[in-house]
Amino acid sequence: MKKISTPYLLLLPGFAFLFTFFILPIINLAQTSTQTRLENGDTGQYEQTLRFANYLDAFIENREQFTRSFVYALIATLLALLISYPLAYALAFKAGKYKNILLVLVIAPFFTSFLLRTVAWKQILGEEGFVVPSLRTLGVISESTTLTSTAFAVVMGMTYNFLPFMTLPLYASIDRIDPRTLEASGDLYANGFTTFRKVTLPLSMPGVVAGTLLTFIPAAGDYVNAQILGSPNTKMIGNVIESRYFKIVDYPTAAALSFTLMAAILILVTIYIRKAGTEELV
Amino acid sequence: MSVKQKDASIPTLPLGAVISRWIGRNLIRIYMVFAFTYLFIPVAYTFAFSFNDSGKSNLIWKGFTFDNWTNPCGAPEVCTALGNSIKIGLLSTIFATILGTMIAFAIGRHAFKGRSASNLLIFLPMATPEIVLGASLLSLFLVFQINPGFWPTVIAHVVFCISFVVVTVKARIASLDPRLEQAAMDLYANEFQTFRRVTLPLVAPGIAAAALLAFSLSFDDFIITNFNSGTMTTFPKFVYVSAARGIPAQANVIGSAMFFLALALVIVGQVVSRKRKVS
Repeated sequence: MKKISTPYLLLLPGFAFLFTFFILPIINLAQTSTQTRLENGDTGQYEQTLRFANYLDAFIENREQFTRSFVYALIATLLALLISYPLAYALAFKAGKYKNILLVLVIAPFFTSFLLRTVAWKQILGEEGFVVPSLRTLGVISESTTLTSTAFAVVMGMTYNFLPFMTLPLYASIDRIDPRTLEASGDLYANGFTTFRKVTLPLSMPGVVAGTLLTFIPAAGDYVNAQILGSPNTKMIGNVIESRYFKIVDYPTAAALSFTLMAAILILVTIYIRKAGTEELV
Repeated sequence: MSVKQKDASIPTLPLGAVISRWIGRNLIRIYMVFAFTYLFIPVAYTFAFSFNDSGKSNLIWKGFTFDNWTNPCGAPEVCTALGNSIKIGLLSTIFATILGTMIAFAIGRHAFKGRSASNLLIFLPMATPEIVLGASLLSLFLVFQINPGFWPTVIAHVVFCISFVVVTVKARIASLDPRLEQAAMDLYANEFQTFRRVTLPLVAPGIAAAALLAFSLSFDDFIITNFNSGTMTTFPKFVYVSAARGIPAQANVIGSAMFFLALALVIVGQVVSRKRKVS
């Protein structure tokens, strides 16, 4: 009864849906990106002129925000990796019978709405929160220093908000490591650090790759953290695309920017996956 | 990492060494305490301020009250927004789970031409930043003169949820022992019976997890929703819009309630699956 057509029949509805609402929109976005404004037309009216210079204009005009998006996203991803790795390691190897409870607790904070958590950070780090006054009392920051409306707050917010995307894949791949391989390494006179570097880390690479990708991609396109925790000086490319769409109604520039962002991310991701050598991930 | 050191019972050890040894031994525990504090700070804050007798703007602590919990719809629009989010979440979960599970079975259970291309098509929406997904869909809707609103939002959510469903269910299918199905066939079950009585029950926890994931992704989504929902509010949109002037405490009530509800669900799920394993 196993027919050749079965997998295709199973794929058909889902792929038809993805084709209509994912592939078509991307093609359409590509078309929009080379349009120019109709002369004497109303706002939001454009015609196809195949003006590829839109890309150049959009990039040059917003290269600062582009750079910022990638730098912030990179720092947030690295921070998330640094925070998550020991956490995932401890959950996998040291939590014993509390493993499941602790795993639930790691995910639990993310059951509260993303927006509420970001607003909570804004208020915790704000002037009325408890962090700023205590740091001032301790003399860590000066009287005039604020934490909100800074790059620090934006990166911190992104690190926090995308943390489970890092922790869960890391945990999944570390948990799969057979503890006997670590014992074997110890038996062969490797110290803790060497065992980590030569055994644990390489075996957990699929998790590291998956986690960094799942954190970096949403972080690079995010504008919520920059909007709530940042200032006009911390605007990211997401903020620009959003305002081009809704405030300025400049669809071609927004489309060109979206495409550049997507292309840049895809290129980076491809290089990264090649380098990390875990193509089975895709 | 704590390195094996000499016996700790030597009484003349200086205090500093005792402390540093204790830290070395408990490094992981200390780290966990810090990590969990960090993870739970915003949750605790949100929960605490759900009891704030704050009036409209919930920025400064003004006094303790249960009023926000007894009257969670007290702030204008907050429950409409919540209702919309739940409706959109349920609908997109149903569609994404059905479509995604079918794809997962196709990819996970069959060898066919175009399998790696299919994997790529599933990976792409996850590799696309939300803002690009949202913006491109909005452009498409505008071309076909479909006004953004409820259904466009549902469609948009299904698009980004499908991939996560596929990945989750596929992982579960991959972890199945093929011998169980062979055993069923040996016992004269036909393909359909094997699927219904053996395969599906075994994959069910994966499907349930995928559905839960889809719902939480949909419920929590802001960026794609903001592009495709037009004037309709959802809960995240409501928080975003009110963030500038301070969100009402009722939003904290709803956020905290969601937290406890999800926590309870996950714990019940874990207990059930453990009991199954035992029996």
